[in-house]
Amino acid sequence: MLERAHILVCGGTGCTSGKSNEIYAELSKHLKENELDKEVKLIMTGCFGLCAKGPIVVVYPDGTFYQHVKPTDAEEIVNEHILKGRVVERLLNDDKSAGTDEVKSFNETPFYKSQRRVVLKNCGVIDPENIDEYLAYDGYLAYQKAVTEMQPQDVIDVLKKSGLRGRGGGGFPTGLKWQFARDSKSDQKYVVCNADEGDPGAFMDRSVLEGDPHALIEAMMIAGYAIGADKGYVYVRAEYPIAVRRLQIAIQQALEYGILGNNIMGTGHSFTLELRLGAGAFVCGEETALLNSTEGKRGEPRQRPPFPAVKGLFQKPTLINNVETYANIPTILLKGADWFASMGTEKSKGTKVFALGGKIKNTGLVEIPMGTTLRTIVEEIGGGIPNGKRFKAAQTGGPSGGCIPAALIDTPIDYDNLISIGSMMGSGGLIVMDEDNCMVDIAKFFLEFTVDESCGKCTPCRIGNKRLYEILEKITKGEATMKDLDKMEELCYYIKENSLCGLGQTAPNPVISTYRYFKDEYIAHVRDKKCPSGVCKALTSYEIIPEKCVGCGLCKRVCPVGAISGEIREKHVIDPDKCIKCGACIASCKKNAIKK
Amino acid sequence: MKTLEELQAIRDRMKGQMNNRAAADESDYRVVVGMATCGIAAGARNTLSALTQEIEQKRLENVVVSQTGCIGICKYEPIVEVFEQGKEKVTYIHVDAERARQIVAGHIINGKPITEYTYNYAVREEK
Repeated sequence: MLERAHILVCGGTGCTSGKSNEIYAELSKHLKENELDKEVKLIMTGCFGLCAKGPIVVVYPDGTFYQHVKPTDAEEIVNEHILKGRVVERLLNDDKSAGTDEVKSFNETPFYKSQRRVVLKNCGVIDPENIDEYLAYDGYLAYQKAVTEMQPQDVIDVLKKSGLRGRGGGGFPTGLKWQFARDSKSDQKYVVCNADEGDPGAFMDRSVLEGDPHALIEAMMIAGYAIGADKGYVYVRAEYPIAVRRLQIAIQQALEYGILGNNIMGTGHSFTLELRLGAGAFVCGEETALLNSTEGKRGEPRQRPPFPAVKGLFQKPTLINNVETYANIPTILLKGADWFASMGTEKSKGTKVFALGGKIKNTGLVEIPMGTTLRTIVEEIGGGIPNGKRFKAAQTGGPSGGCIPAALIDTPIDYDNLISIGSMMGSGGLIVMDEDNCMVDIAKFFLEFTVDESCGKCTPCRIGNKRLYEILEKITKGEATMKDLDKMEELCYYIKENSLCGLGQTAPNPVISTYRYFKDEYIAHVRDKKCPSGVCKALTSYEIIPEKCVGCGLCKRVCPVGAISGEIREKHVIDPDKCIKCGACIASCKKNAIKK
Repeated sequence: MKTLEELQAIRDRMKGQMNNRAAADESDYRVVVGMATCGIAAGARNTLSALTQEIEQKRLENVVVSQTGCIGICKYEPIVEVFEQGKEKVTYIHVDAERARQIVAGHIINGKPITEYTYNYAVREEK
């Protein structure tokens, strides 16, 4: 029977941590109590993207979008919305309840309106643990088309024409990569998926795996057909338990349907898929280190060339792509290269998924056509900066990328533009920073991460980055000289040019780009011994402005170290020797009488 | 192992069921059933099931069935309103399962509203 309503509960990692499993169970219980369980379908989906408003529940056919849902709200949703058809207004998305009486479909809200969902088209729409729902949205039709109507070379030609470039960071043309793998002669070839998403703050690959795992399987099967490989590996990090479980379920279902295995659907083509769990080393996202780790060896990068397309996994020709790249492919084959190439800019086609984070209202996952400006992402989709603060910069590409300063906010985002302004696409983390962020501190944060994650195989990365980090530490403590800044810059380029793999070659990028756009901040730290944003503790001091202090004693009570003295209704003072610069006094003062 | 044909059969079957997850604004017809206490008491649940069943059986893809609260003319429940893109809505009254099936066949498939079941008709007759 056709259900009259579908209730979709977000089962992404973000909403799961907000108890969406309990919400699901409660909804299920109340539907049963009201004997509605036959009329209404309850589904756990992948990520809806608007993680800031999670946990999210969407009710179709009207497309009502409930945000910040708690397990205790389930009863009201069932009794009011499902039983009586009255929308529970207090749980609605703010964008909708403002101004109009009409409850619009959530696709009309600013967060979703400017997006174009290709990779994420099924995320938050289908039940990722049900292969039939994937099939309903033309699942495995692209594979069927490739195997029954196209020659392997045709598939590669379509990809070349579409202009798809690798979404893992480098932006290498995907069609060309497939061509190299196809042209390598060997008795055995492999298709590998890089699902080792390690950038702090990036989670688009995880969301695809959680929300639409069959799309990855289908794309890898197409790749197997195109390059002549019958075996695939997905290298996914063990820290993504939901993604791993859904992928395992998807592979199992595909095997049961005979979609994976020998002589698939009677077409004569065979393909099998295996999972490899990574233990969470950042360097394993680098393709040659990933291959080593997949083989069961230590995750250290290999010398390139030979490239994986010539000598990859087990020394055999290997095609390796990132999750998001693969997720584009079924749709490209179904809708055609021209359709895909109609989106984006001249050299960057299609869409890109970004994990939007930092100082932004709508934290979450967004997919936009290439060439969308940073302003659209931050101001429209992201909803702007909270608390009326000023936009300072956005960091793309995580620890390998750089920052885009406010002056360049109208830059259309694509591979080449980002490179030319000293940043990079990376895998798609986009962290927004406001005036309260210290750029030196940001660079230090990312460098600390890469120092930690360097595998230690080559000296420039292992020792160079450590020394670079020490210089940054000196700067933030106010102990550096102008000479140190020159040394820092020189060291950056040395590390970039001499490191073995992508990790080291890109590690100094956050330093280089913040130094390029925010040189004055570095100089303020070094010469004036001041941190303009008041982040670096060693360079800030807290002071009570006597004219504003009313002597209420609030700050004195909250100070954890007893650094504030003064009698009630008298002016208070901070003892700089005792102050640990925690900021508790500023937060407590009602008269804004404390300054940094 | 499933053959290509069997997979296609699953796709077709599932497509019908997934149809109401398409955004309401992309459909040609929106059929809304009044599901307040008054509607439910008058049998709107049966009406709703009849509508959804009929739409699935006839494989109509351009229709969304939705529900709403009290429409305000409780004595005429169960009430079904049909919204067609670019046209004025049609309000049907006293819609039982049988009338619901007739509305799907007459109004949505053949494009001709069934005047005798409409609110406007009833009001005119009463005068």
